[in-house]
Amino acid sequence: MEPSAVSTITVLPGRAKNGSRESFSEITIRPGDTVSIVGPTGSGKTAFINDIEVFACGDTVTGRRILVNGEVPPDEMVRDPAKKPIALITQNTKCLADLTVREFLDMHVKARRIPDELRPERTIQLANEFTGEKIAGEMRMTALSGGQTRSLLIADAISVSSAPIILLDEVESGGIFKENVIASLKNNQKAVLFVTHDPLLALLSDRRIVMRNGAVETILEPDGREGRILSRISGMDGFLSRMREKIRAGELLDGEVRPE
Amino acid sequence: MKLLIFAGPPSAGKTAVIRRIIRELNGEYSLAFLKIDVVRAFEDEELAAEFGIPARKVYSGDVCPDHTGILVLRDAISWADDLGAKILIVESAGLCLRCTPYTTQALGVAVLSAVGGTNSPLKMAPMIALADLAVVTKVDLISQAEKEVFRERVREVAPAADIIETNAVHGTGLRFLMKAIREVPDITDPDGIVLRGMPPLAVCTICAGKKEIGWQHHFGIVKTLDSADDLYRGE
Repeated sequence: MEPSAVSTITVLPGRAKNGSRESFSEITIRPGDTVSIVGPTGSGKTAFINDIEVFACGDTVTGRRILVNGEVPPDEMVRDPAKKPIALITQNTKCLADLTVREFLDMHVKARRIPDELRPERTIQLANEFTGEKIAGEMRMTALSGGQTRSLLIADAISVSSAPIILLDEVESGGIFKENVIASLKNNQKAVLFVTHDPLLALLSDRRIVMRNGAVETILEPDGREGRILSRISGMDGFLSRMREKIRAGELLDGEVRPE
Repeated sequence: MKLLIFAGPPSAGKTAVIRRIIRELNGEYSLAFLKIDVVRAFEDEELAAEFGIPARKVYSGDVCPDHTGILVLRDAISWADDLGAKILIVESAGLCLRCTPYTTQALGVAVLSAVGGTNSPLKMAPMIALADLAVVTKVDLISQAEKEVFRERVREVAPAADIIETNAVHGTGLRFLMKAIREVPDITDPDGIVLRGMPPLAVCTICAGKKEIGWQHHFGIVKTLDSADDLYRGE
């Protein structure tokens, strides 16, 4: 099965830390879905993401099972990173090799045997939609800022890996245009699940999975009811970004006082 | 009894992978553990305290640790057998990447860290080439591109080896390793176990602590500057 042939990912319930069964019957994720995972530290957010990443089959600590298109996925899809329909980016994920951005993308495009010379350049363009700090092909990967690295890895997952499902585990959202990232993921028909403590990211998702004691406690579908607070938080986030840029540029912030 | 032999460079995560195996299989099988190291090792005490399994270590001192491992392996099999163990796990010191400590009638596992860089499988080729399985650890720390290239490099060196990517701290991806272990046949003829390859295990006089420089002072396998071939000097 090609990664692009994935139309649904289904999570079947497992157990909480105290052994009790999770109350949901199944969670289905489709291309274009945005799902955030929230909850206190130790509540099982990363375990939930990891279950999806490894296509758990009752063999992880949670006992959950993951189906692809309603079936147990083939071994090859689970094991070969190039055939896996999932890209996981954590806060630890880095390019360790001392390569330029261009060489890094060329290496990935070559490993995937993608016959498209323009792909690395298009990936850089996409990454630049996610960050205000411009990324150029001749920059060294190890010299990129946190925001540039995350933007590039997300762009790489979208345009080189072509992974239909993207998992972001507490990827610190500083330095990236969150709304652009979410919009781009939706436009590209990617399903994205993110563990986050960021109010804006949490509110930008269609569904919010709330974790407690290792189990899914509730699944919130705000369905527009959070619209007013979302626009306010979006304004505040934009304000903070502008202030950050001004501080970086060495300005004295004696003018603006109101977030909106 | 099954025999599992683990090799891999220092800090690749050999013990983290072994700890996962013990946690998963302890109870289903009775286990025994042997660590081979040079001057200090703590794995045996840690694993014995954590899981209550019989565990011991051998220090190789001035002798090549992989050489030591091979010398003591037959004794170790008898030791584990007498204890009624159903799986004996042997962990190498992981110092010489030219060594292939894997034997027949065993599962040979090379543990490699993904953070070693995409060319590291090529540099450690001999250690990987004769393994049944390559477990690649710390994959959560590297980019997707490097993950894919790392796998290709392992493939180049060992086209037939099974490759398992994991983050052994969380235990992700290890189900295929557990499956492979459950399927390993028992040792049928312990006296017939031999090394799979010809590792460069020369125990020379330098290894044994003779410090003079120049081949003229040494015995065993020696090299001269002008001759590309190894020479053997007997005592």
